[in-house]
Amino acid sequence: MSTATFDARRWRPPPLIKNARLRWALGIGAAIYFAIAIGSLQVNWLRVYEGLDRGWAFVLAFTEPDFVSRWVDIRDGMVESLIMTVTSTVIGIIISVPIGLGAARNIAPLPIYLLCRGIIALSRSFQEVIIAIFFVAIFGFGPLAGVLTLSFATIGFLSKLLAEDIEALDPAQAEAIRATGARWSQLMNYGIQPQVMPRLIGLSLYRLDINFRESAVVGLVGAGGIGATLNTSFDRYEFDTSAAILISIIVIVMIAEYSSGMIRARVQ
Amino acid sequence: MLRIEGLSKQYRTGDKALAGVTLEVPQGQVMALIGPSGAGKSTLIRCINRLVEPTAGRVILGDLDITRLGSRGLRRARRRMGMIFQEYALVERLTVMENVLSGQLGYVGFWQSYFRRFPQEAVTEGFRLLERVGLEAYYDKRADELSGGQRQRVGIARALIQNPDILLVDEPTASLDPKTSRQIMRLICELCEERRLAAIINIHDVALAQMFVGRIVGLRLGAVVYDGPPDGLTPGVLTEIYGEEDWTAVRRKGKAEAEDHAHGVLTDEERMAAM
Repeated sequence: MSTATFDARRWRPPPLIKNARLRWALGIGAAIYFAIAIGSLQVNWLRVYEGLDRGWAFVLAFTEPDFVSRWVDIRDGMVESLIMTVTSTVIGIIISVPIGLGAARNIAPLPIYLLCRGIIALSRSFQEVIIAIFFVAIFGFGPLAGVLTLSFATIGFLSKLLAEDIEALDPAQAEAIRATGARWSQLMNYGIQPQVMPRLIGLSLYRLDINFRESAVVGLVGAGGIGATLNTSFDRYEFDTSAAILISIIVIVMIAEYSSGMIRARVQ
Repeated sequence: MLRIEGLSKQYRTGDKALAGVTLEVPQGQVMALIGPSGAGKSTLIRCINRLVEPTAGRVILGDLDITRLGSRGLRRARRRMGMIFQEYALVERLTVMENVLSGQLGYVGFWQSYFRRFPQEAVTEGFRLLERVGLEAYYDKRADELSGGQRQRVGIARALIQNPDILLVDEPTASLDPKTSRQIMRLICELCEERRLAAIINIHDVALAQMFVGRIVGLRLGAVVYDGPPDGLTPGVLTEIYGEEDWTAVRRKGKAEAEDHAHGVLTDEERMAAM
C-alpha cells in the first residue's frame, strides 16, 4: 500500500462519550443546572457588609494574640488534645490492622471481607462531629468521648487505605513465601508486611495530624481537648485568646507535618 | 520420584489450562518444559505444589499423594519442593539473608521467624549457599538493590535452603540478558547435579533448554505433545508444539536469540487465591 493513500486522512482522538447527541445534552444540561443553582443562592449583601466588621475584628485579634491571660486553660487544653490524639491514633491503628487485613479481597474469605468492609463503611459514613455528639450523649462531656470518636474515625480511614494497599501488592512475592511451606501468619509477616509497611507508617503519621486537628473540632461539641477551650473563648468574645489558640494549633500541625514528612522519606 | 497422573485444571473462567497431563520425573533428572504462552506450563508447575488447585488428577511425590493433603500436610510437602520464579519474586524490602532464610519458614514456628531467630544450622547453610551462588558479601543488602541476575541467585539460594527433593522452576531466565540467562541455567543444572535434585524448568527459550537439559517435554493446549531428548526436536515437532514457523535457526544450537518473552497467563487473583 502506498503512503499516498493516507495523505488526506485526518485523525482526531476518539471522544469520551461516543454518541454526539448525548455528549452535547450532558454538557448543556450541566451548564443550565449550574446557572440555576447559582441563581438560587440568596445572598443578602447588606448582611454580608455588616458581617465584614466582625470578620475584621477577628482578623485584628490575630495581630495581637493573647497567650497570657488564659495561659493555664490553653496549656491544659493543648495537653489534653495531644493525649487524645496519641491515644486515639494508637488505639485506631491496633484495631485497624486486623480489619484492614480482613477487608482485602485477595487475602480474606468473602464473609470476613464483607464484615470488615461493613465496619469500614459504618465508620466512614458519619462525620466526626456527629459521632462525637453521640459519644458525648453516652459518656458525658470530656476527653473520653473525644478519644472514642477519633479512634472510631481512624478505623474507617486506616483500614480502608491499608486494605487497598494490600489489594494492590505484588502477588508474586506473597506466592513465593507461600511456596516455601509458610503458614498463614508467616505469609503475613514475610509476604505482606514488608510490602505495606512504609505506607502503613505514612498513613498512621498522616492520621496522627488529622486526629490532632479533629480533636479541636470535636472539642466544640464537648468532647474535651483544646476545642473546648476554643469554644469557651468564642463564647466570651475573647477573640485574642481564640487567636492564640488557633496559632498554637497551626504551629503544632506544621511541626507534625514536617516531622512526618521526614519520617516518611526515611522508611521507603 | 515425582509422578503426575491425569492432571487437569479448568479455571473458573472456563479456560482449560491442563488436559490430563501424565509425566514421571525420576530422582536427579532435570527436565525442561517448553510450549507457547498459554500452553499451561506455569499452571502445571503450580498444580504440583498446589499454589493452583488442580481440578482432577494426582501428583505423587515419593509415595506422598500431594493432591489429597490437608493444609498442614500440604505445608510440610511444600518444604520438599523448592520454587524459583520468573521475576525472582524476592520480597524486595527484606534483606538478602532474610529472603534466603524465608526458605526455612516451613521448618520454624511463627515467633521464631517473626524475630528472625533461625536455627544456627539454617544460618550457616544460608551463608554457605550465598557463597555457592557468588553473593557472600551481599547478605545484608536489601533485595531491591541487586541486579536481575543477582536476584535470581538469591531466589535459587532460597529454594535450596528448603533442602528440597525437587525444584520447580518457572521461566528462570525470562527477564535476563542472554549471558546471564546461560549463567543462571548453568548454576541451576550444576546444583541439581551436586545435590541429586530433580527439576522441572519452564522455559521459553528452546535453544537454551537444548543446551542444558537431558529431557524436554513439549506442552500444547495443556497436553503433552513431545517427550524426549533435546535433539529429537525436529522442525516437525516444533511445529506441532508452537505452530508453523521457520525453525532452522533454533536447530542451530547455541545461537542465542532474543525471544519475545510473554508473561505467564496466571491472573493475580489466581495467584493469591487460597492464601
